[in-house]
Amino acid sequence: MWSFSKISKLIDSWLSVNFSSTWTMVIEMVIAGIAVITLFALLGLVLVLMERRVAAWIQIRLGPNRVGPGGMLQSLADTLKLLVKEGMTPDGADKFLFNLAPFIAMIVAMLLMAPIAFASNFQLWDLNIGVLYVTAISSLMVISILMAGWASNNKYSLMGAMRSGAQIVSYELSAGLSIMSIVVLSGSLNLNEIIQSQADGWWLFKGHIPVVIAFIIFIIAVTAETNRAPFDLAEAESELTAGFHTEYSGMKFALFFLAEYINVFIVCAIGATLFLGGWMPFHIGHWQAFNHVMDFIPSSIWFFGKTFFLIFLIMWFRWTFPRLRIDQLLDLEWKYLLPISMFNILLITLMAILGWHF
Amino acid sequence: MTIEALKEKITALFPAVTFEEGGQWPTVLVEPTDWHRMAGILRQNDALYFDYLFCLTCIDWKTHLTMVYHLDSTKYRHNLVVKVNLLKMNPAVETVSDIWQTANFHEREVYEMFGVNFLHHPDLRLLILPDGWEGKHPLLKDFEDPINMIKL
Amino acid sequence: MVEEIASTADGNIILNLGPQHPATHGVLHLVITINGETIQKVEPHLGYIHRSIEKMCESLTYRQFIYVTSRMDYLSSHINNHACALCVEKGLQIEIPSRSQVIRVLMDELTRIASHELWWGAMAMDLGAFTPFFHAFREREAINDIMEETCGARLTMNYMVPGGVMQDIHPNFQRRVKEFITLFKSKVSEYNELVTGNIIFQNRMKGVGNLSAADAISFGCTGPTARGSGVSCDIRKLYPYEIYEKLDFEEILESDGDSFARYMVRVREMSQSISIIEQLIDNIPEGDFQAKTKAVLKLPKGEFYQRVETARGDFGVYIVSEGGTTPYRIKYRSPGFSNLSALDHMARGSKLGDLVAMMGTLDLVIPDIDR
Repeated sequence: MWSFSKISKLIDSWLSVNFSSTWTMVIEMVIAGIAVITLFALLGLVLVLMERRVAAWIQIRLGPNRVGPGGMLQSLADTLKLLVKEGMTPDGADKFLFNLAPFIAMIVAMLLMAPIAFASNFQLWDLNIGVLYVTAISSLMVISILMAGWASNNKYSLMGAMRSGAQIVSYELSAGLSIMSIVVLSGSLNLNEIIQSQADGWWLFKGHIPVVIAFIIFIIAVTAETNRAPFDLAEAESELTAGFHTEYSGMKFALFFLAEYINVFIVCAIGATLFLGGWMPFHIGHWQAFNHVMDFIPSSIWFFGKTFFLIFLIMWFRWTFPRLRIDQLLDLEWKYLLPISMFNILLITLMAILGWHF
Repeated sequence: MTIEALKEKITALFPAVTFEEGGQWPTVLVEPTDWHRMAGILRQNDALYFDYLFCLTCIDWKTHLTMVYHLDSTKYRHNLVVKVNLLKMNPAVETVSDIWQTANFHEREVYEMFGVNFLHHPDLRLLILPDGWEGKHPLLKDFEDPINMIKL
Repeated sequence: MVEEIASTADGNIILNLGPQHPATHGVLHLVITINGETIQKVEPHLGYIHRSIEKMCESLTYRQFIYVTSRMDYLSSHINNHACALCVEKGLQIEIPSRSQVIRVLMDELTRIASHELWWGAMAMDLGAFTPFFHAFREREAINDIMEETCGARLTMNYMVPGGVMQDIHPNFQRRVKEFITLFKSKVSEYNELVTGNIIFQNRMKGVGNLSAADAISFGCTGPTARGSGVSCDIRKLYPYEIYEKLDFEEILESDGDSFARYMVRVREMSQSISIIEQLIDNIPEGDFQAKTKAVLKLPKGEFYQRVETARGDFGVYIVSEGGTTPYRIKYRSPGFSNLSALDHMARGSKLGDLVAMMGTLDLVIPDIDR
């Protein structure tokens, strides 16, 4: 049976036979780079279409249905339109930072892709501090937003950026704490080992109520971190027109747009990895027969299935809830989520020490 | 309060005013100099209590301008129309925006549309017309616009 | 360059909200002074859609000028037309047939529901929830279809004329209105589940945009805006016109005076309008839909004022006649104009996001304000 790990091994062995070890390394890196960029483009197209379809479904309308079969090529057509659009730079803008910001957003999103395990034994970089790496890099996201907001020389952009700064820095805390609870339970920062620790059941089901709480807090916090409604204060269409990317057009806007969706994908992938077992099929304890049946479904399908389920959840939030106000947003984090997750991590530590989980 | 009683009450308070006949509501004609003091009493007096100024406008009679104030009382539900005749040249009247805050916007509208100068108005600027609008006041009868059709 | 946006001397920023802005639903221009996110001052600049309708009406005959008024508050166009028709009838002193009275009231209430539906969706959109907009439009479409069948138009109806209505109702009218009532009743609970009961929504609305009853009266606020502050100001009850005094309906009052109170007034008003329609839809009397009037209408010399309750509040038509075929002066007292003047008072000290919510609950229709 074909799987991602087999393909990658095949390529690797073929390259090592034909080239020296240095060249193998270089070529593999180029292939990985191309693969990431292709995945980006594909994800962008798929997620935008998915968002519009989900929105349409919730809003009792049809959504894109003209371009291509069932509107499948709509986002491709949109990309084409954005490509040929003029990327304007406002007169009063700080031109260097203004043009740099979308690329930073993109680079951060690309870096985050590295430690994610897409399928069993299929990972760009098996990093032993994967979880730490993800939390550290994802906080860089705010820099591109602040940069864009400040350099645009536009009051709406500036306000959006400031809101976003306060928001991302705050929600980083409870996102970090809820990630930490899984680290405590599995005893590892390595994403692969965390997945392996869920071979007898996902943490969401093994960890009793505290892990469920951590999962809920994680979902809320990452929704806020990715600036998605109901926490889309940085964009806040009805208040700040488009927030930090008000002045962006053409492909520079598209990069921000793409980065948002890629970030959604990544946080959902992390959430799926930590709480729902990543590529690990649905296993129940020692029911060998059941587990064996589940293993027949390829691991990549498990991974993408879980990730897209979480993405759907986040889209569902977006099209259902109204937006919070900035002070309510910070209240929610500092007065509720943070104390709860602090107490929660204590409980989980106790649970891990006493071995109360399954 | 019946219309007759209202009229009597107003005559007792303000002997100088004259009543106009024929309208659907009692209508009084007031001198511009008396108006602000009278407005204060109309608003404050417990038996009158005209706390709701629901319409404030101006009419250009070519010879003179007439300010029209439509008053209502949320307590007694009686109405009163007050008219103040102003001169065609340099029309000016004391503002009532300190008594009824709604007059603030309505007076700004009348100021730009009719050129009535409201004395002691806190913020007498153009509201609807574009900044830098110069020349005639659009709702005056002798206003001509060479570009836009305003007459059939 | 970048320093320019920094601040005024006291650290405040001047922000132009509009004339093109998603939250103003039209071309309203607010110049806001903000300190961080806190609003210090709101200064409306109007006139971006000013067409000088009052001046235009001075050269239109009494039959013609009604059509222009549809373009003022385009969401309550029936009610605007109604006010003008009533005012002219008052001047002519004609009685209109009872059939046309009932049709007029039915149309008014349908318009009120349609207007509140649009407001409901647009206000939820101001708060960042997009979905209610589409759900509200589903029901609004049904009303527009009913209107289209009878009046031939969906937005600017021009259906009411002096002496009655333009033409008789469509044979399907009663059936479709009843269908709409069933549809609407089945959807009201959906509205409350989606928006009213939402905890984020309630937190955004409660306690913001406070307007006391005394201020509401002083600023001349009317309609749901004032009724949210507990001021009884429903013209249909206080100065009844047409057949409203014979109808059984309730004036909705809320006492809190905040955005949520204004929201609840409008939502509850929709059900009251439904109850009015239910009372009338089976009792449309037979007869003429229009009284016999002269081809050229001439109002006697004098002044005529008619107040009606639109979806936004107290709409007044003030006609000064010199006895000719055209009015000498017309003044439209638009509810939005006075409601907007209270915005500065309400918004000071609150956050930028709340300003948008307040504008939503004031239900501003810009052509109504600018005229």
